[in-house]
Amino acid sequence: MFELIGIPPQALFGQLLLGLINGAFYAVLSLGLALIFGLLNIINFTHGAQYMMGAFVAWLMLRYAGIGYWPSLIVAPVVVAVVGIVIERLLLRRLYHLDHLYGLLLTFGLALIIEGTFRQIYGISGQPYAIPKELSGGYDLGFMFLPTYRAWVVLASLAACLGTWLLIEKTRLGAYLRAGTENATLVRAFGVNVPVMVTLTYGFGVALAAFAGVLAAPIYSVNPLMGSNLIIVVFAVVVIGGMGSILGSVITGYALGLIEGLTKVFYPEASSTVIFIIMAIVLLIKPAGLFGRAT
Amino acid sequence: MRLASGVLGAVFLLSAGPAAAQGISNDVVKLGVLNDQSGVYADLAGQGSVVAAQMAVEDFGGTVLGKTIQVVSADHQNKPDVGSSVANQWIDTEQVDAIVDVPTSSVALAIQEITRRKNVAHLNSTAATTDLTGKACSPTAVHYTYDTYALANGTGRALVQQGGDTWFFITADYAFGHNLEQNTAEAVKKAGGKVVGAVRAPFPNNDFSSFLLQAQASQAKVIGLANAGGDTINSIKQAREFGITQAGQRLAGLLVFLSDIHSLGLETTQGLTLTTGFYWDKDDETREWSKRWAERMNGRMPTMVQAGVYSVVMHYLNAIKAAGTDDAKTVVAKMKEMPINDFFAKNARIRQDGRMVHDMYLVQVKGPQESKGAWDYYNILRTIPGDEAFMPMEAGNCPLVQEAATKNGQPAGGAR
Repeated sequence: MFELIGIPPQALFGQLLLGLINGAFYAVLSLGLALIFGLLNIINFTHGAQYMMGAFVAWLMLRYAGIGYWPSLIVAPVVVAVVGIVIERLLLRRLYHLDHLYGLLLTFGLALIIEGTFRQIYGISGQPYAIPKELSGGYDLGFMFLPTYRAWVVLASLAACLGTWLLIEKTRLGAYLRAGTENATLVRAFGVNVPVMVTLTYGFGVALAAFAGVLAAPIYSVNPLMGSNLIIVVFAVVVIGGMGSILGSVITGYALGLIEGLTKVFYPEASSTVIFIIMAIVLLIKPAGLFGRAT
Repeated sequence: MRLASGVLGAVFLLSAGPAAAQGISNDVVKLGVLNDQSGVYADLAGQGSVVAAQMAVEDFGGTVLGKTIQVVSADHQNKPDVGSSVANQWIDTEQVDAIVDVPTSSVALAIQEITRRKNVAHLNSTAATTDLTGKACSPTAVHYTYDTYALANGTGRALVQQGGDTWFFITADYAFGHNLEQNTAEAVKKAGGKVVGAVRAPFPNNDFSSFLLQAQASQAKVIGLANAGGDTINSIKQAREFGITQAGQRLAGLLVFLSDIHSLGLETTQGLTLTTGFYWDKDDETREWSKRWAERMNGRMPTMVQAGVYSVVMHYLNAIKAAGTDDAKTVVAKMKEMPINDFFAKNARIRQDGRMVHDMYLVQVKGPQESKGAWDYYNILRTIPGDEAFMPMEAGNCPLVQEAATKNGQPAGGAR
């Protein structure tokens, strides 16, 4: 009963697991995007470039300072977040009262500049980044060989998503954030420093992107365009989940990873388009996305 | 050969009219290096090819028949429309006499038509498609360093002979990937091997783990990677991560350059078997040239196509000197008459269809312990003689060859 179109169940489990791993990247990246959109109303097209910067900072630290993977996991997101905060303070801040389109154009332009600069300096073929010793090797699950590092990626991304969700739903700071999203003027009237909160939120969203970049460094090639391939898919994930919906983006991220994984078995040619087909269908039926609220 | 060039010469004299005058047009010989300077092929050709062309011009002396030689360059971004408009502008307003390098098959085929129509030389080093010397062959074009057939044939046959007789392909889902898969599958079958399956991966693609597991499930002895650039890098990296190479399946890189190995590191690529047209550390001559190139390229070592650019530019300039003109048809015909003997190729020649025939090398990537340092990457397993490495001229269906054959009443393969 379980054998679908000639695919034995064991192969299917393997593919589902792989889908989950890819979903982990989608989830962390779309979470950061959703967060930024929710509070800043900015469609952050620099996200892919910031993911790439995370991977590059990790590689640079290893190459020039001998700092390994574990410290990078913390330091690289902080470094990239600081760059993000500078961008927010100097540029994004001026656009909040304008149409979405302006923010989109600015961040898109920034992404091109950042990627172009890295390409100029480091070339295009990518830099090698080894899997840390503690996480090399893998487990033989019977139906497939699961590299330890991939298992770690799923755990780390789940932890990051859960942590972020708790922060926003269960803490006082999170309550301010949610209130700021609803009505910034009112929250300000209560004495909350909304501009600082906005800056920090942007920094946090960017840090999540950089965190995903460090996670990706050992398995994908660390190259200046690594983010531009991914960002379009991640945008589709955010749109399907509902712009600005935090839980929605996380769940959709994992779910679409799974669907994409299955497509790679049944009809590999379509695996790069399946997410966009789903996006089109969702937009037709529920224009605000699966978890979004119509405004 | 002589008969063929005689025919070409006659056609040229009849059609070209006043422009057929001897000497150098516009008092300058201008070479336009047109390649990818910012995208996936920027490291394997890119600026390195421009430097190689400049070195050839300097080594030649900077002038030919008393006229200055200039090198210009541009980025075609791997887009046929961008490449075509640059080429047209170069030819129409900037007196460019030869377009050099041109990676990416689709762009190269567009340039092939423009240069044929406008009688400008097309000295191609980096494009992969066999069509350049097949149905799209041109009297003004030379395909110099390699093509899909040479790589597929060398690697495919060698691995079958070493016992890798069952194959599974992971193929980039566009014309180039299909072409490469087909060429290799033919070589594998001819050598007595069997193709047990293939999967078409979208292009470009980041995550190959799913396709690799399918390859693993097929239990083929060899997994053929019919892709290029970033796709190849990711497939190799992930094959190692998922324990596929360690479990005994072999990877065959069908289009892998030295720059890819450098980027992946030896830990990941050790044992990979591939075919190349040039390796910098082969002998004293190759080392001498490569080190001169490296001095200008921050210590990098050249890929086969970058070395090929130098060699083809040098050969082109020598042919201008010998022919006494920079008229493309005449010079390219001269290039086909003159043998090539330099650090890049020994006793090599350019066939009537424009294919440069030289020895290729089957190499295996060294392990990290074996390598003595940066860029010490290959062991040469075997030298594949040119005639065996490249597709026989009759099989390419080049119209030039067929025309010449009918006119001379000779079978197509008769003229060298």
